[in-house]
Amino acid sequence: MAIEVRVPTILRSYTGGSKIVEGAGDTLSGLLDDLDAKHSGLKGRLITPEGGLHRFVNIYVNDEDVRFLGALDAKLNDGDSITILPAVAGGALGFAAAAAFFGR
Amino acid sequence: MARYESLLDACGGTPLVGLPRLSPTVPEGAPPVRLWAKLEDRNPTGSIKDRPALYMVREAEESGRLRPGDTILEPTSGNTGISLAMVAKLRGYRLVCVMPENVSSERIQLLRMYGAEIIFSPAAGGSNQAVAVAKQIAAEHPDWVMLFQYGNAANARAHYETTGPELLHDLPTITHFVAGLGTTGTLMGTGRYLREKVEDIQIVAAEPRYGEIVYGLRNIDEGYVPELYDATVLNRRFSVSTRDAVLRTRQLVDVEGIFAGFSSGAILHAALAVAHEAVKAGKRADVAFVICDGGWKYLSTGAYGGTLTDAEEALEGQLWA
Repeated sequence: MAIEVRVPTILRSYTGGSKIVEGAGDTLSGLLDDLDAKHSGLKGRLITPEGGLHRFVNIYVNDEDVRFLGALDAKLNDGDSITILPAVAGGALGFAAAAAFFGR
Repeated sequence: MARYESLLDACGGTPLVGLPRLSPTVPEGAPPVRLWAKLEDRNPTGSIKDRPALYMVREAEESGRLRPGDTILEPTSGNTGISLAMVAKLRGYRLVCVMPENVSSERIQLLRMYGAEIIFSPAAGGSNQAVAVAKQIAAEHPDWVMLFQYGNAANARAHYETTGPELLHDLPTITHFVAGLGTTGTLMGTGRYLREKVEDIQIVAAEPRYGEIVYGLRNIDEGYVPELYDATVLNRRFSVSTRDAVLRTRQLVDVEGIFAGFSSGAILHAALAVAHEAVKAGKRADVAFVICDGGWKYLSTGAYGGTLTDAEEALEGQLWA
């Protein structure tokens, strides 16, 4: 069962520079285990030590945020497309400057 | 109502219009599935941001944080800056905007026209550069007031007190509300209001998926989730590609005559997704979504004409929402 996974630039050091990798799994959790076996360390960047999705990581299944589909238990199907993106407030850069003012 | 004491009083009260041609066709005898667009481009400066800008300034005045003649500093990629510039002008403040240089030239011209001063952060440097620029300004001007739309409760309250009630008044049968996710103010405020009033309302977010250049992050820990964001207000959240946003923006004007910016196209894309699901499920749906602004400010991108691939390339590396 092949599922296409799009990897953001900042995580491509784990995929040998590849933008798109393939994995398998019935759930997101299973897929991430499979990916980590092929690309060691990737899972650790997406999942916290407590076992939840990293706050600043968004994962989309067919363009929909997986947090609203069951998070790590989200069911996956053959042919699904997964996109991993860093969380950046709609892409606006203002937030970063704003955050700096408040020392965050 | 058609007469107001001043431009600031004319904020909000925007029309909700049906989209009979873009609404999906349902099988005979099936319940109707209808799309409704809230035309936020009909606000004083032409975008939904007039609502939070006015609320944030008023709140700062009432709390004593903002005094006559003060300077307001706001990092913004466009519409909030334009709205604040108008409000600042009419209320007697100076406005300084920090913005990345990769926003459309119309936005910059508009800001200057309303009297705002602009400090650019280099586009290529991404958020790191924006942080550096902001830190420098903050150190030099500790007396400037920042309203900080990403964490300002008055941003969401503007929508809780105005956008939400307007929608419910105009569309008591509303089943879905779809809006863009940036500061998250529109969805948090309107979403909370509708959740209190409408059983089983679905609150749906559409966020723009930008090219990698725009993100400009070096690692995951540099990410940011706005303080206003509360995921429990939402039912679903869609990431919309530049291509889909452009396609839908063109459909809006081609099919329904609504000339909108690209963020509205992204929102329509998500609205259509939930509308088609309702058709499949044989359920009645009244899907209201937001037209954030008109297309005028984005004409210079050239993305309204040519092939979708050309448009995608034209918007690559730009903040189109």
